[in-house]
Amino acid sequence: MRPERTGSQPVRSEQDVVLARQVARKLAVECGLRLVDQTKLVTAASELARNTVIYGGGGDMDWEVVEEGSRKGLRLVFRDEGPGIADVKLAMTDGWTSGNGLGLGLTGTRRLVDEFSLESAPGVGTRVTICKWN
Amino acid sequence: MSTLSQRTIDAIRSNESQLLASWSVNLEASGASRDTRIGHSEFEGQTREFLRLLVAGSATGDTGSVASNEWSETRAFLEKLSRSRALQGFDSAHTAHFIFSLKRPLFDLLQKEYATDPAELANQLWAISEMLDTLGMHTIRTFQKSREEVIARQQEELLELSTPVVKLWDGVLALPMIGTLDSQRTQVVMESLLQRIVDTGSEIAIIDITGVPTVDTLVAQHLLKTVTAIRLMGADAIISGVRPQIAQTIVHLGLDLQGIVTKANLADALALALKRSGYQVGKAS
Amino acid sequence: MERIPILRMGEFLLVTIQVDMHDQLALTLQDDLAERISRTSARGVLIDISALDMVDSFIGRMINTISGLSKVMDAETVVVGMQPAVAITLVELGLYLPGVSTALNVERGMERLRERLDAQ
Repeated sequence: MRPERTGSQPVRSEQDVVLARQVARKLAVECGLRLVDQTKLVTAASELARNTVIYGGGGDMDWEVVEEGSRKGLRLVFRDEGPGIADVKLAMTDGWTSGNGLGLGLTGTRRLVDEFSLESAPGVGTRVTICKWN
Repeated sequence: MSTLSQRTIDAIRSNESQLLASWSVNLEASGASRDTRIGHSEFEGQTREFLRLLVAGSATGDTGSVASNEWSETRAFLEKLSRSRALQGFDSAHTAHFIFSLKRPLFDLLQKEYATDPAELANQLWAISEMLDTLGMHTIRTFQKSREEVIARQQEELLELSTPVVKLWDGVLALPMIGTLDSQRTQVVMESLLQRIVDTGSEIAIIDITGVPTVDTLVAQHLLKTVTAIRLMGADAIISGVRPQIAQTIVHLGLDLQGIVTKANLADALALALKRSGYQVGKAS
Repeated sequence: MERIPILRMGEFLLVTIQVDMHDQLALTLQDDLAERISRTSARGVLIDISALDMVDSFIGRMINTISGLSKVMDAETVVVGMQPAVAITLVELGLYLPGVSTALNVERGMERLRERLDAQ
């Protein structure tokens, strides 16, 4: 696996959530993802970017085009230095929510991508990494 | 890491035509150059070009690390070569042999050149050998990658072929599924059904699974998800031909069948679809 | 302030969403629609999302809310033109929008609203 190209996109406001979606869409097209997979990835990016703004108090989306054999993929990392999540396991339970969402934020998002990992520590911040392969 | 000495490079340069000649003899002996899939002049061009790149690369680069910049042109040439060989249907041994059969002529040349200096001969032989081996490996890697791409494309084409969405009536589509369903196939089939619904403006889609012997959890879930997606798009889905075994699986999984219409067979499903579309079917007496 | 236009067509309202909506825009639309239904006594609302290449949980929730509040105000909401990729993604996300009526396009959506009205 070797990184081809990388970049970063600030995620601090509602407008940035829209921008993050557009960046994700453009990269997903470049990686040769099928339309359905593009849509899944962009939707996942939208959910996570919103979390970063609302719960993390703003942060960044790092992106990386990855390659493995003949496959290409897009990896997105959403990181913030917000309050963090105390119980990561609980946060990943279907139906759980801390805000006024429908409670399918993180678990729903996980179903949309091929790889998903969540690291968080109270007072330090949260880091969610997702990846989708073509 | 070792490098070719200027003396070696000069020797290769001044003996180029001789090297090419004995290389072709070697290739011919193995039958590689007699294959009708590659023309004689094309083959000659390829050997000439490779030797030129070899000299150019080794004049500046390390022989042990073909990944470096100095070798980029050589790499590009080999990648192109492997790719065309893969597409023409050659095996990987053939492709690697193209490079390895250059060893003998080069060794002979060095032996003559360094007849009086065995230490330097060993040194240069090692350098050449290392270089050709790495380039050969690179060729095989690229070859395999190209083959994988060919296989992936064929799999995709097969998938599309095996999934016919048919129009049964104005506004009624049917998807007759046959054979064992794996998760990936189900996904592709369902996506093409959804797209056809949009393209044709059909309000009813019948998914007939009479020809499906059994489904696993993932496929059953996928079927139900598709039915939900069809509803979100504004059309209705009917599942027909559910075998007892599949019914058991679905109930066993505790999957929610609420709001999902099922019919025993395709005929009944079509009758329902026509009725919903406002048609009345009767015998013309 | 940026707003999504609401068109009046007889006793129905038509909203065509053509922009990549940020959250505030979605909330404004929700308020605007409630206000317009009440002011015009509209009997039905058509939301055309055929130009949307993505619907996330926020927009999904907006659709759910509009559908719910219009019902309370005696107007039926029909969501039309959802793209296949969007529908698949929503289902995967876990948003089935069970109470929301749907149709393939604006024309069919309009027919559906008329049928409902006639049946009443």
